[in-house]
Amino acid sequence: MRYSERELLSLSRQPAEKAAEILMRAPKKGSVLKKRLVKLVVNFLFYFRTDEAEPIGALLLEHCKINKEEENVFSISFIEEPDRKYSFECDTEEQCQEWIEALRRASYEFMRRSLIFYRNEIQKMTGKDPLEQYGISEEARFQLGTRKL
Amino acid sequence: MKLNERSLVCYATCDSPADNAGFLSKKGERNTAYHRRWFVLKGNMLFYFEERESREPVGVIILEGCTVELCEAAEEFAFAIKFDCAKARTYVLAAESQAAMESWVKSLSRASFDYMRLVVKELEKQLEEMQRGLAGSRSVQRRSPIYRKTKPALCNGCAVWNNAPCVDTLPAGDGPGGLADSGSGKPPVCPGTVCFSKLHDWYGREITELRREWQESHKL
Repeated sequence: MRYSERELLSLSRQPAEKAAEILMRAPKKGSVLKKRLVKLVVNFLFYFRTDEAEPIGALLLEHCKINKEEENVFSISFIEEPDRKYSFECDTEEQCQEWIEALRRASYEFMRRSLIFYRNEIQKMTGKDPLEQYGISEEARFQLGTRKL
Repeated sequence: MKLNERSLVCYATCDSPADNAGFLSKKGERNTAYHRRWFVLKGNMLFYFEERESREPVGVIILEGCTVELCEAAEEFAFAIKFDCAKARTYVLAAESQAAMESWVKSLSRASFDYMRLVVKELEKQLEEMQRGLAGSRSVQRRSPIYRKTKPALCNGCAVWNNAPCVDTLPAGDGPGGLADSGSGKPPVCPGTVCFSKLHDWYGREITELRREWQESHKL
């Protein structure tokens, strides 16, 4: 599948929601923990060798599960392959929890559900659709329930 | 740069609803001929397939940091996706009607994660202000700490507004969307073993009364 490296590279240079040096292990069998600079930008998690300016890779964080593993460790797996895990070992349990929290909120789909929730709550309280003032109430992406196209 | 392509392909082809879908003609990068492709917009990812029934996308355009504008082109109903970065590629696309073009330009220009985040923050702020306003207008001691929390259950990765019979059997519709593991910590909505529908009724009564008071005091 074609994708633009330039777009990804440019994105990896944007201000990060969260960034830290963390030990990372790839899902491949026999992989070892390696120190990486891990950077969360929008719904992408970029990982760099600590002394390099360009990422080694990127993970799109949609349809994924962030799992708490043993102490200081969390993992990212994707729905279609739940046993294939990217493992991350943090310095402290606190740092681990912060990353789990941040990564769970980092998907577009999570934000969409949040938006629908808030919209619904505000509508219940005021009887008005808060999106009307922005002229976006009819947008497909803000609708509750299944959208058929 | 490596990318979790298999996951992207799954995201593109799975059942989750698309924000827009349809045929567009895409101008080639080197060969300037237009190719008709089936486009699917999900979140900030614009996938394009050779055919509507293709099992894998030919490619994907990541819609962050771009602008969408109408443009003059050999094809009618043309618009362009432009990126800010140096030497970035401009994608020229053509729709099959004026209405389709307008629909695509609208949905693509609001497709970024940043835009979504902006709207969510705005609504979150509005809701917080309303709840604070209500909390202030009540002199009776509040019994429900949850009402002051502005993010009920959202940190579990799912919104809990639907009236499911029990909090641990949320509908499957919330399924493949990055749901948190159930071992992620106490769900803030559910103290002890209270069933969600009972909680819902309990808060519901309070909320109905508060809403009535609020509406009266604001003369909506």
